[in-house]
Amino acid sequence: MPTITVRVKRFDGKTTWWQEYKVDVKGLKISVLDVLLRIKEEQDPTLAVRYSCRMAICGSCGMVINGKPRLACETLLEELETDVVTVEPMWNYRVIKDLVADTEPMLMRLREVKPYILRDTKEIFESDIEYGQKPEELNKYLNFAYCIECGLCYSACPVAASDKLFLGPMILAAAYRWSADSRDRGWPERMKIVNSDVGVWSCIVAYSCSAVCPRNVDPGFAIQQLKKAILLRRKKL
Amino acid sequence: MVEVLKYDIVIIGSGLAGLRAALQAAWTSGGRASIAILSKVQAMRSHSVSAEGGMSAVLYPKETNDSLELHAYDTIKGSDFLADQDAVELMVEMAPKEVRFFERIGVPWSRLPDGRMAQRPFGGMTIPRTTFAADKTGFFIMSTLYQNVLRFDNVHIYHEHFTTKFIVENGEFKGVTAIDLKTGEFKLFLAKAGIIATGGAGRLYRFTTTAHSTTGEVLAYAMRAGAAIKDMEFVQWHPTAMVPTGILITEGARGEGGYLINKEGERFMKRYAPSRMELAPRDIVSRAILTEIAQGRGWVHEESGMGYVGLDLRHLGEQVLNEKLPMIRELAYRYAGIDPLSEIIPVRPAVHYTMGGVHTDIMGRVLMADGTWIKGLWAAGEAASVSVHGANRLGSNSLTECAVWGRLTGEQAAKYVLENPAPITEGSVLEVAKREESRVFDKLLHKEVNAVSVYQVKRELQDIMEEHFGPFREGSKMSEGISKLTKLLDKVKSMRVEDTGRIYNQNLKDALEVEGMVELALVVGMGAYARTESRGAHYRLDYPKRDDENWLKHTLAYLYGGEIQLTYTPVRITKWKPEERKY
Repeated sequence: MPTITVRVKRFDGKTTWWQEYKVDVKGLKISVLDVLLRIKEEQDPTLAVRYSCRMAICGSCGMVINGKPRLACETLLEELETDVVTVEPMWNYRVIKDLVADTEPMLMRLREVKPYILRDTKEIFESDIEYGQKPEELNKYLNFAYCIECGLCYSACPVAASDKLFLGPMILAAAYRWSADSRDRGWPERMKIVNSDVGVWSCIVAYSCSAVCPRNVDPGFAIQQLKKAILLRRKKL
Repeated sequence: MVEVLKYDIVIIGSGLAGLRAALQAAWTSGGRASIAILSKVQAMRSHSVSAEGGMSAVLYPKETNDSLELHAYDTIKGSDFLADQDAVELMVEMAPKEVRFFERIGVPWSRLPDGRMAQRPFGGMTIPRTTFAADKTGFFIMSTLYQNVLRFDNVHIYHEHFTTKFIVENGEFKGVTAIDLKTGEFKLFLAKAGIIATGGAGRLYRFTTTAHSTTGEVLAYAMRAGAAIKDMEFVQWHPTAMVPTGILITEGARGEGGYLINKEGERFMKRYAPSRMELAPRDIVSRAILTEIAQGRGWVHEESGMGYVGLDLRHLGEQVLNEKLPMIRELAYRYAGIDPLSEIIPVRPAVHYTMGGVHTDIMGRVLMADGTWIKGLWAAGEAASVSVHGANRLGSNSLTECAVWGRLTGEQAAKYVLENPAPITEGSVLEVAKREESRVFDKLLHKEVNAVSVYQVKRELQDIMEEHFGPFREGSKMSEGISKLTKLLDKVKSMRVEDTGRIYNQNLKDALEVEGMVELALVVGMGAYARTESRGAHYRLDYPKRDDENWLKHTLAYLYGGEIQLTYTPVRITKWKPEERKY
């Protein structure tokens, strides 16, 4: 039965410290989240972790594990290839407690890019029609609709680290997802936002966002697509 | 200090039903109603994101030879005739409208080459009518709904606010109290209307497909406020949860043609449901799998000791797996270390869905045991029992239910508050909130060294539920289970919360959850023990037959003098007389 050492960067609202726990595990096919929950339930109930679905779809448990932003529920011990697990809260956010980062201010900015179908609202809410969409039209944006809003991309973004006005990769990818949807008519409106000084031009093409995305959404590519559409003065994405 | 906030409508829960309700209330009120969504998680992370297979609706009746009548009949037969038939008729009629609404707001439905929405076969549905977005339907609908809510400035989202109490005075809803987990502040949300949309209670059990947040305490809180809880003994086991994690493998995998096989390589469903095989309703497939395992025709998972059978998708080919079941391939690879293209997936039944819930009428109005409406209060989705699923829900009817009653309750609540323009006043409610604040935070003062931990109580609860109230039930076993739960309720009172801080005190939140869970577990247990028949998901070894003469009725649990009491209410039957349920 292997013993794992877990080093957790803790914070209680005032003080930051590192705390070490030892956990016996039956095998290495166990997720970092499960290890943290065992610590919480068996050793230290004061440890705070945000989590929910445990299957990499709700986006709650983003944290920095052994130096890389990732989801704790889909990071298995075996892939870390070490028996020392170091966890800290996601970078680029205020820390609330222990591993819980305050992602809310970033998430709430999603509103700025109007993340929904922009066309006759009355028709959307009151008609009973079907817009229709061909599989090839679906495929144009589908990959970007997989975003689970975990915030890891923002945590890995070197621009977001210093420029708090920058909309960041997740929100810009959402702008692309909605504008590239064949049902949407909102590109002229959204273009003004992504073309502003909080938008795409701050991106330095580091692609760290795409590197850490657990759903392979590729926000870096979405940002470059937005730039291209602006430069080509496209009327519709 | 209790912070007081005033809203026209407060929605508790941010899953599919809650967000659908918010969207409809915002639209119907034309921006004139103020709406708060309270979520104990960050709102976009509710368990609806885990729904995989799809949403049922009769979309193209001519092309598919389908009808509303047939969808209703399938649902009622699937429910083992416990569903209220007028409610089912309402659901199937509104279902296509809701699927098209989702289409207009941007859900990335999987498509046919001509641009129409694709549909797949599902268990108990005689015609392929399950509309899907790959195998992440719930996630895509949730994400689309959440982002659409951002259209409306009159909807305020309160992420990570844990509701602790419903306040009802003189039969009228007045608001709720909640802890803001981020700050530890205690808040009173005064409101004219409330909608309960907090989902099910899968975590009463250990082996479950549901998220850690699906704990169901809010149902117990609603019961404390006077609401009745209906049909809680009907717990759905989903046939195919991955071993050992319990992660769901969608019924869509069988809908696309997957087989269930035992150790001898046999498609054993031919012995249990020859006409529907793997696509029989979930209660039947689950019992078949467990019977195979019990009779030694399953495999045993070494580390966990769990018995399992195989879900065989190998013959579906790479294209079907990648296009229609991409998440299944990914989940099987990550959490079980196998590729479904070349290996079979180890599966066994796991708790998946709560057919029961807050007692409502057909419009989603929350009722007391005597049938009176708690004025101003509605419930929708899995938290409610309308009831359209009766004793067993058919796969892909849950998203439909969430959408339909999310919309109906949101619409009604908006109209209700606009017709009642009187300002919201605190009155005596603030005093109630102050007492609630003391009750909640006094839990931090328990310092007994040997007191039992929150997690110990939760473990014991899950042990009791798995052992005494599983898919095969028996009177003596259940009566033992009930006395264990009663003892556990005493332990709950002396639980120790070890985190004494205010900021993000998950330990305190967990304690409040567990308290409600144990109360709710007793409702499940008592209802199951009393029901001396087998119907749908409630199967008793000592009463293996359905008994329409005595039990064609809904169980209602309510509190009287602090004790749980049971009473019953008739099933509403419109067109379909109960018949033997064969597949």
